[in-house]
Amino acid sequence: MAQYEITKDNYKEYVFEKMPKSSHWKNMFWAFVVGGTICVIGQAFIELYSIWFNSQDASVLASGTLVFIAAMLTGFGVYDNIGRFAGAGSTIPITGFSNAVVSPALEFRAEGYVYGVGAKMFLVAGPVIVNGVTISVVVALLTLLFGG
Amino acid sequence: MQYYKKRTLVFDNANIAEGYTVAGPKENDGRYKGFFDLALKDDMFGQNTFERAERKMFEHAIEGAIAKANLTAADIDVVIGGDLLNQIVSVAFAARKQHAGFLGLYNACATFVESLIAGSAMLNNGLDYVLCTAGSHFSTAERQYRYPLELGVLRSPVTQWTATGVGATVLTSHKQPVPIRITRATVGRVVDYGVMDVNNMGAAMAPSACDTLVTFFKDTNTVPSDYDVIYTGDLGKLGSDILMDLARQEGYDISAQLHDCGASLYWDEQQTYQGGSGAACSALVFNAVLLSRMRRGEYKRILLAGTGALMSPTTSFQGDSIPAITHLVEVTA
Amino acid sequence: METFLMFVKAFLVGGGICLVGQIIINYTHLTNGKILVLFLIAGAILEGFGLYSKLIDFAGAGASVPISGFGCALVKGAVKAAKQDGVYGALTGGLAACATGISIAIVSGYLVSVLFKPRTKKK
Repeated sequence: MAQYEITKDNYKEYVFEKMPKSSHWKNMFWAFVVGGTICVIGQAFIELYSIWFNSQDASVLASGTLVFIAAMLTGFGVYDNIGRFAGAGSTIPITGFSNAVVSPALEFRAEGYVYGVGAKMFLVAGPVIVNGVTISVVVALLTLLFGG
Repeated sequence: MQYYKKRTLVFDNANIAEGYTVAGPKENDGRYKGFFDLALKDDMFGQNTFERAERKMFEHAIEGAIAKANLTAADIDVVIGGDLLNQIVSVAFAARKQHAGFLGLYNACATFVESLIAGSAMLNNGLDYVLCTAGSHFSTAERQYRYPLELGVLRSPVTQWTATGVGATVLTSHKQPVPIRITRATVGRVVDYGVMDVNNMGAAMAPSACDTLVTFFKDTNTVPSDYDVIYTGDLGKLGSDILMDLARQEGYDISAQLHDCGASLYWDEQQTYQGGSGAACSALVFNAVLLSRMRRGEYKRILLAGTGALMSPTTSFQGDSIPAITHLVEVTA
Repeated sequence: METFLMFVKAFLVGGGICLVGQIIINYTHLTNGKILVLFLIAGAILEGFGLYSKLIDFAGAGASVPISGFGCALVKGAVKAAKQDGVYGALTGGLAACATGISIAIVSGYLVSVLFKPRTKKK
């Protein structure tokens, strides 16, 4: 019970006090462990591919492999269960990008392969490509102008 | 039609003939296991899309309620109802199979109580049988309002779980052997306290629930202890707590009577955080649980307050706050 | 030994980046899409000053696997091509550097939508 009169003006503060807080330490722990583990798996693929390729290509292929694995885990309905406790630990790695591409594709296949899969695939991940490409072009042009 | 003030109505002959429920698998694993007329093993219901499954649930609930009341489709004058999908397609498509007239309603999760009020008012105007229905489906609502199902996200502890289920009630102006009647109702108004967090629907809806409950108590000169139970639709645990605080401030202590359909639908270990939400909550709990308890004489007089949050993903993305509405019916055995 | 040390660094740096993301989520309630874009832009801007590549040299997959590494790769590719081919390179270099990742994501997304059906969450 609040010790003051709840009004429309102080309602947000009252609700904030009343809200159950997520267990921040637990979230952060799992984000760290899962995020770190995904990167370690990525590193393992880099070491593996380095046997055959140069380090640049090995790194790209390792990321590609993670993207493929995450896509399959999304298909089998596993990735969302990891995300439920790992939070940013499964969102921020490239696997989270893959999950963001594959999950709407899967979800909207009922609307067909043109307006469903095709149109909705980048529902969540589209902003990443759009912002990423834009910023890369801007930075590259700036480098040209100012000689990097 | 008699009324107290502008928004509180009195009904003379709104008898409840029967109620029928179709519940999803998770709902039937919850606190009300076994109460439902039809519990689905798979929420695809034999269909190839979730939207078609929701539609089929409506078809089953409407037909089931009519059969349970020993009627035929031709007896029903009007079907009134709504769901959460854009253009309320689920119930509208299901109504294709009916001979009755159709009124489509949308007040988000308050739609079931809204349909009871509209139905009762039509009986007062001379109709014989009206069927009121509302429902929701987790998977269709989730992708319309939130994220794709397989996207890995950490849910906020204030979120609720959209319930899968449909409830249908046959109302009639004819006297019933076990008299359960909708006696009074208050039409809610839209209340917005500026809550922005779309995860926290309970907090957005609690002020509107308080507004409607207090209006009803004042108009009818009743107090909470006149009722065996007061059920809100889907405020969730946090929303119910807030409602108790707000009502106490207005001079009404409802803590002894207050229950929430959504919050009571699941066990804690089903990880729904604040409990269920969605139009299915009040439709399922009223038809499956409250009606049978009233038939057995456990409850004599109850209040059912359907709560709804009236935002859309578009308004949320554009940075608007969440308006809410609460409609209330008084049911007397 | 050096390989083992690389794994430790990948774990600590990668986990650390995700930890920062989680702290931001906890205090600002940003949605998935916004978090992804935020880290992408952070990686891109750091690489604009040539800093993020150094982190990748240090921590390997720990820095290249998070989405900020994707932003870095875009900028690195665009800048490198710009230096070779001028404006034409600035326009093509970024996407070319990331074409593998994006193509794999698109094709596997298509594949998954053909092979699998969406399923309801249990909890």
